[in-house]
Amino acid sequence: MINSFFNFDILRETWPYLLAGFWMSVQLCLVVIPLGVAGGLTVALLSTVKNPLVRWTVVLYVDFFRAFPPLVLLMFIAFGLPFMKIDLGAFGAVALAFLFNTSSYYGEIFRTGIESVPKGQFEAARSTGLSATQTLAYIVVPQATRNVIPDLIGNTLEVVKLTSIASVVALPELLYAARQAQSLTYNATPVIAAGLIYLVCLWPLVRLLSRYEHKQIALH
Amino acid sequence: MNLFLDTFFNWTVMVQYLPAIVEGFLLTVSLAILVVAAGLAVGLILALIRSLRVKLINFFIIVFVDVMRAVPPLVIIIVLYFALPTIGIKLSDFVSTWLALAAVLAAFAEEFFLAGILAVPKGQWEAAHSTGLGYAQTMRFVVLPQAVRLTIPPLTNRTIAITKGTALGSVVAVGEILYQAQSGYSFSYNPSPLTLGAIAYLVLFVPVIYFGRWVETRFAWKR
Repeated sequence: MINSFFNFDILRETWPYLLAGFWMSVQLCLVVIPLGVAGGLTVALLSTVKNPLVRWTVVLYVDFFRAFPPLVLLMFIAFGLPFMKIDLGAFGAVALAFLFNTSSYYGEIFRTGIESVPKGQFEAARSTGLSATQTLAYIVVPQATRNVIPDLIGNTLEVVKLTSIASVVALPELLYAARQAQSLTYNATPVIAAGLIYLVCLWPLVRLLSRYEHKQIALH
Repeated sequence: MNLFLDTFFNWTVMVQYLPAIVEGFLLTVSLAILVVAAGLAVGLILALIRSLRVKLINFFIIVFVDVMRAVPPLVIIIVLYFALPTIGIKLSDFVSTWLALAAVLAAFAEEFFLAGILAVPKGQWEAAHSTGLGYAQTMRFVVLPQAVRLTIPPLTNRTIAITKGTALGSVVAVGEILYQAQSGYSFSYNPSPLTLGAIAYLVLFVPVIYFGRWVETRFAWKR
């Protein structure tokens, strides 16, 4: 077992691959998380608009993309769009699929947050002379965000883990690199190492989140 | 527009691959049901064991839970399917996917159930004991009903998200919707089977998402 799971020689040999994959994963996260948060905030703000047509479009968008498994969305974009002569490359396809998927999840979270801000805050801000945009930017969104921080962290953790599906469309991120290394060496060590790298990087977030969850349920 | 229809809604291709997608649909549903049943049951059992506060056992449960929550499900599936055979343990594609997703769900469920159990006020325990109920009876008739109710909204959403993970099974060739759609696509070199697969997922999950919304409002926490 030590020979096939924790083989040090193989780890040393494949480490450069894994490291390159790790950095690709980090880059991917740095692109898809800000995009998803920005998209989600937009979705949430649009769902507060009075116009029913806009509101319903947003609800449809969110439900539509929450119903798809992210991997299905990714395959559709990565394999389907090139037929329409639109080639985004693996990174672009992943970024687009993640934008659709994560913006609907972040959107739902921000919407709950905005709904949790009492209406009086909005009215008071408007009565001091702030415009509607200023009220949203300086009064509502900051409070809304603070109210849903645990959910935002939880979703971000899921997004980071989800970047591993990019391996399916051959984007050379951590899991892809590990699988390549595995098939070159006929040894499972690289895949186990990739799992450990995820574990080490994400474990602090998991602990933090678990503490939040206990608090949230205890307060009910 | 014609190119678009021919590419994504090619009638001949769709008719040809519809039976395969239906087959995949049934497999996805059975896989999902097995994942939810095993995941929630194991999660509840782990939470009950952990509430007994035996230090050594709790340590192992916490390690299991944290690992399952920090490592991507796809990595776990790949370890079970591709790595375990190197030490002589051979699991089928279906079993690897089922075990991996059930373990991830069990980890989340354990955390939620335990938080729910701990959230029930101590007075409830004392009152139950003073009416003559034992530990097991108190847990079953007094604490769990309240605890489960608290955990339902967060747990429902997590369960739905993990059920969608059945699509990850396509990577190890479980013949579920995505796998069928993908092989249809590569045989016909036309993405219409993928469209068909996407429609199948919408048919399956849109009702589930609405059910989740309903549960969320029905059992909503009062802030």
